[in-house]
Amino acid sequence: MNTRFMSSRLVAATGLWAILWFAPLRLALERDMAVHMIVQLPLLACVGYLLAVALRRHEPHWIAQGDWLGIPGLLLVIFATSFWMLPRMLDAALADPLIDLVKFLSLPLLVGLPLGLSWRRMPLLGRAFVWANFIPKLGAIGGLYLAAPTRLCAYYRLDQQAVAGWALIAVAVALGATWFVVVFVGWPAADGEAAQTCRAPQEAA
Amino acid sequence: MTRGFFALLGLVLAAGIAALYWGTDGFRVVTSEGARELAVERSPRAVPDVALFDQNGHAFTLADYRGHTVLVDFIYTRCPTICSVNGDDFQRVLTRLQKNTGDRKIDLLSISFDPANDGLPALQLYGDRFGAEAPRWRIAVPADRHGLAALLKTFGVVVIPDGWGGFVHNSAVYLVDAQGRLVRILDPDASEQLAVATERVAAQ
Repeated sequence: MNTRFMSSRLVAATGLWAILWFAPLRLALERDMAVHMIVQLPLLACVGYLLAVALRRHEPHWIAQGDWLGIPGLLLVIFATSFWMLPRMLDAALADPLIDLVKFLSLPLLVGLPLGLSWRRMPLLGRAFVWANFIPKLGAIGGLYLAAPTRLCAYYRLDQQAVAGWALIAVAVALGATWFVVVFVGWPAADGEAAQTCRAPQEAA
Repeated sequence: MTRGFFALLGLVLAAGIAALYWGTDGFRVVTSEGARELAVERSPRAVPDVALFDQNGHAFTLADYRGHTVLVDFIYTRCPTICSVNGDDFQRVLTRLQKNTGDRKIDLLSISFDPANDGLPALQLYGDRFGAEAPRWRIAVPADRHGLAALLKTFGVVVIPDGWGGFVHNSAVYLVDAQGRLVRILDPDASEQLAVATERVAAQ
């Protein structure tokens, strides 16, 4: 990987982060529950993924050694995403800019970055396992949002919660369909790797 | 597989479980609503001594309620849904408490968080609608903006626009004991539980 590639990824990552943190956009994305969950949070994870692509070569030896099959890394991703799926944490991020900053740091560094580092190490079967768990759960959470008679977040209305539920189900269906195509039909440019969002161009290894 | 793997795995597991434990108050709550109910139950908080005026235009402060148990709810009189339900619940609780506890000092207090629209006439109308008579049941509005902000903060009330010119707010009934401490946050729909909890606190 050449330095120009690395620095352009770093610029993209920090640029995206700064744009998302920019107050008018940040507040606009957080005004609606569905946009907050389905646009802002994944974009923050993308910032970390870009960082991982840029800094892969400089990954400390002990991480590369210890992250066997990418399992600890993926586990970290699962914990960090679960944490920010707690409705009270969404509320806390809206009520307190400091918590929002914690969100803005932890989603790139504890979700996107470990995902970008560990995913390559995970064997195909492991990736399939992760997708096969992630997609139905996303849909199930969407269904729960629709079924909940009360508001889960103090800062969002019940109708916003229903929209978020439908949106989660839509994302789950879209991901499921994509996954189906990738597995059973094949990804045009794939070299044995499942496709995913915000993937950086393959580096010439 | 290396020793580094187990160290890393252990670290991630420990930190992850600790974070989720902290974030759910020991795996007990996932919503901020549940969190505030639990927090109040664990450590009652003193309510600020805010100045208000009621449906008769009578000025009073929360400190005037020392020695009384008070059931507080937050309303805005234009509210088409939940506040009316709250009003009905309050009415029922009041009837039951009057029957059961006789002269024990239990009062109701409905506080409006919409001072822009809830002047004296609006408070009076709302009071008449539910048969509220001060001082046993006051329909009140904070005298100033700072008082309102202090109340909302202490009670953990979050008010957001409903998109139709009204408001959405977390609806609950707040039990304040004779020492002026918020001791319980209760579900307004469970009027039986509400009355039982109130009688218990009042008997202390």
